[in-house]
Amino acid sequence: MDWVFENRAHIASLTLAHLGLSLPAILLAFVLSLPVAIAANRVRPLREVIVSGTGLLYAVPSLPLFIVLPVLLGTGVRDRANVIVALVLFGMALMVRSAADAFDSVPAEARLSATAQGYSRWGRFWAVDLPLAAGPLLAGLRVVSVSTISLVTVSAVLGVQSLGSLFTDGFQRGIVPSIVSGVVITALLALVLDLLLSALGRFAMPWLRTGERSPR
Amino acid sequence: MSYPAEALDLLLDPAVWGGADGLGARTLEHLGYSLLAVGLSAAIALPLGFAVGHFGRGRNVVVASSGVVRALPTLGLLTLVALFTGLGLLAPMVALVVLAVPSVLAGAYAGIESVDPRTVDAARAQGMSRWQVLTTVQIPLGLPLIVGGIRLATLQVVGTAILAAYVGAGGLGAPLFLGLRTYDYPLLLAASAVVILLALVLDLAFEIAQRLLRRLPGLR
Repeated sequence: MDWVFENRAHIASLTLAHLGLSLPAILLAFVLSLPVAIAANRVRPLREVIVSGTGLLYAVPSLPLFIVLPVLLGTGVRDRANVIVALVLFGMALMVRSAADAFDSVPAEARLSATAQGYSRWGRFWAVDLPLAAGPLLAGLRVVSVSTISLVTVSAVLGVQSLGSLFTDGFQRGIVPSIVSGVVITALLALVLDLLLSALGRFAMPWLRTGERSPR
Repeated sequence: MSYPAEALDLLLDPAVWGGADGLGARTLEHLGYSLLAVGLSAAIALPLGFAVGHFGRGRNVVVASSGVVRALPTLGLLTLVALFTGLGLLAPMVALVVLAVPSVLAGAYAGIESVDPRTVDAARAQGMSRWQVLTTVQIPLGLPLIVGGIRLATLQVVGTAILAAYVGAGGLGAPLFLGLRTYDYPLLLAASAVVILLALVLDLAFEIAQRLLRRLPGLR
């Protein structure tokens, strides 16, 4: 505990760096997945190609992607930007499929009646599709957020600063508390973000509040 | 010459693949680690998942604890165990098994649960014992999801097995970290490409296996 206390400033700055990498990546992955998923659902023949194609990205191991991307993008291996790009790609690999399924789960009757009531496509998206798909969308987002928070740590072996640096430093210098605190804080961050998202969901989607419906 | 072209040259050079330290040996080592880790986690998670799916009890405990385990960063676990066990294969194995168990477990109980309860009741009514119901009805019918869990675990493990080299074991992480430390980007790219290819090939193998499974009589 002494070690943690003495290094609290360092740990705090690494936590911030960690959030600085993961939060933009989670947000971008979510936002970018929505249009891709909608396009996939609208152009039916392309759906399987798009959904499996982005899913295949997930088969690409994270560490090599962290390395291959900068060489392809022309940025440095230790550049934070390409860590974010890689994380966004991974997030999308998970999110596109859940978003496509989420929008697919909106009952066709609801959409037809909205159109019959005079909603434009754009208006219907905001007033009908999005609220009705919001439950599964949030579930997908929570998976992406937990996996991203954990994935960021891997970039530490490349020398990018994050909570993962507590693992690499701790290992090289034989400091057990460093690694333990890194594991605990990473897990806590994932948990807190998950709770926040779940609370946000309850607040924004009061219609999901009644009863449990999570057929997983 | 650009890095990707140089990396391709490396990959096409037979000398790079041969020898005890060559990419060929490293690839086999990597595959060996991955299969061992997936095998060990299947040995742990499949019986547990079958039991949870079959008896329908303890599901919440299993879901909650796999959630916690999933949130553990693999690199942290790896370095922590390595500080106690020293350099070598033990620490990566522990970390990889911990990584793979939740996926295999989720596939196992989801597979058993996915079987229509009426089918299970019918099997019971025919006089099958619990063991027979599990082994001849629930496991075969749940096989697509069970294999799906193992597939996901395999992909995670193949990608993460790179980290084994970080604590002194072998595998494709060895040339990768060598390239990283010596700023040998072609080597880095070549090793990464082999890992990515290995993952894609394994994924494809599972895809084919799952399609064949779906065609087995009685599993449609």
